[in-house]
Amino acid sequence: MARYVLRRVLLTLPALFGLILLSFVLTRVVPADPAATLAGDAATPAQLAEIRARYGLDRPLWEQAVVHVGQVLTGNLGSSIFSGRPVVEEIALRLPATLELTFAALFLSAVLGISLGLVAALNHNGPLDHLVRLLSVGGLAIASFWLAIMLQLVFSMDLDVLPLRGRIDVALGPPPHVTGLFLLDSLIAGRLDLFVDSARHLVLPAVTLCLPGLATIARFTRSGVLEALQKDFVLYARAAGYSPFRLATVYVLRNAVTVTVTQIGLLFGALISGAVAVEAIFDWPGLGTYAVQAILSADYKALLAVTLVVGVVYAVVNVVVDVVQALIDPRVAEQAL
Amino acid sequence: MSGIGLPSDRSGPVRSGSVQLPTFLRSGALRKLLRDPVATLGLAIVMFALIVAVFAPWLAPHPEDAYESHLLQRLQAPSAEFPFGTDNLGRDILSRVILGTRSALVVAVSVVGAAMLIGVPMGLVAGWKDSWLSELLMRVTDVFLAVPQLILALALGQLMAPGLTTAMVALALTYWPFFARTVFAETRRLRTSLFVDALASIGASPARILLLHVLPNAAPAILVRATIGMGFTILTAATLGFLGVGAAPPSPDWGLAISEARQHLPEAWWFPTFPGLAILLLVLGFNLLGDGLRDAADPRLRRSRR
Repeated sequence: MARYVLRRVLLTLPALFGLILLSFVLTRVVPADPAATLAGDAATPAQLAEIRARYGLDRPLWEQAVVHVGQVLTGNLGSSIFSGRPVVEEIALRLPATLELTFAALFLSAVLGISLGLVAALNHNGPLDHLVRLLSVGGLAIASFWLAIMLQLVFSMDLDVLPLRGRIDVALGPPPHVTGLFLLDSLIAGRLDLFVDSARHLVLPAVTLCLPGLATIARFTRSGVLEALQKDFVLYARAAGYSPFRLATVYVLRNAVTVTVTQIGLLFGALISGAVAVEAIFDWPGLGTYAVQAILSADYKALLAVTLVVGVVYAVVNVVVDVVQALIDPRVAEQAL
Repeated sequence: MSGIGLPSDRSGPVRSGSVQLPTFLRSGALRKLLRDPVATLGLAIVMFALIVAVFAPWLAPHPEDAYESHLLQRLQAPSAEFPFGTDNLGRDILSRVILGTRSALVVAVSVVGAAMLIGVPMGLVAGWKDSWLSELLMRVTDVFLAVPQLILALALGQLMAPGLTTAMVALALTYWPFFARTVFAETRRLRTSLFVDALASIGASPARILLLHVLPNAAPAILVRATIGMGFTILTAATLGFLGVGAAPPSPDWGLAISEARQHLPEAWWFPTFPGLAILLLVLGFNLLGDGLRDAADPRLRRSRR
């Protein structure tokens, strides 16, 4: 098992290293003249030369690449062109908001997706099954930014039952900072009112964001359960007279759920992508909003840092998922070695 | 299964030849597809969208509304004259949804086509022999897959001048790894099959084997990937348009329309609703068709949908 974990981590390193190189190519090679981008339109040739010297842009490309890799490895991603503050600090400030949102969405899609998939498979070819299948195809076809706006229109503007935007009521203010996750922090502070308010703010963004994941998980759970139902050990358990509930949860689901776990890892990328648009619509102060601001203000340093951070988080999540999968089903680790 | 002439059975690949794709379509896979009501629905939606796209300027009641604005009739609710209502510049939303179908499909076809042109050769070369080259190609693929596409497309789109062309380049640059991986897996699977050994033993060059024999056998998998990629690209392109790094005004882009509509809510509910429904319907069509094709091509292919 330890060997498997080590191997899995080592396999991730080349991709991460490549990602750093890619970020170098993006900043230094793709724009025709990075110095001109930095200096703006009104710069004189002397100013351009000075900027080139200051940022090392006059040195050979390979030397710049080495410097860039070194900087990234030491956690120095530069300063935002827009605010002048180190982008690492700015991202650290916003990461908890995004994590709270994505984890809430992931939780919703896993719980709802697995239940719906199980229900569908147990009612194979029944009306519920068709409903879940429709949902699992439709959920992947909905543009999340559109769904977000439609939910706002119905629940915040028309019915006025849920807040339109933000993470918490401005009048209440955020809970004392411990983890940066408002739900957790308000519980730690013992403020139930803050907990309820931040939960209410979380509902619409999390529901919007969970739909593609819910669709995928329901789909894979359904086919996994259908496959497991054919197995001999299920026939045996059924013959032995176990209740349908015990049969479904203990015997079928555990065997069906390994495929679902892999999907959760792959979904994380979709969640982060979805979060960009969803956060922008709900004014959720996370990485997505930051990325959109960076686009609008042409802040390429910030955008690249977001790309790198997301890439690293994505890689870590996928390693964790593979390990969890190996824990549920030890055959996975054996096959890989 | 053996009757459909597809590489569903490892011992019986498609016979060599140069007219493989028509064979695939003629060989009963199409009939099988049409027997599946859900896939037929997908096919119908896609065909409908294609017809709308081709005849868009003639089908749209007000084709001039692609560029002209009529401020006197702005933000009118759906009526007999404007079934989908009018937008903030008084343009007929139905016409703009119809005209937008064409641009959405043109973007998706170009992006998926370009991604295929990059990804398929890379997959073929990387899957054929285990060498440093194939190792390098697949590591590069991994790097591109290590970042969620939208994020990478945003970064690329911003670094080049924002606009529809840039967005398309960025989308193609982020989607090719999926083709590379699909073709890589197919090539590795096929290279050990008996007919490839036989071809090699009668002196066929690797290029000939790959292009005339391996590629046709990988065609169903590529087709499935391309169909699903169409839906995915339409969604991502709309998101880029919505975020302001895709199509620019006044083009009748669906994502752009939804973004413009935000300032006019909750009064003009019809403004974002219909472009969004158009995205939903078209992406749904491609996803349903992709699922059906996958089942028709090989019921055992159960890959994730991206």
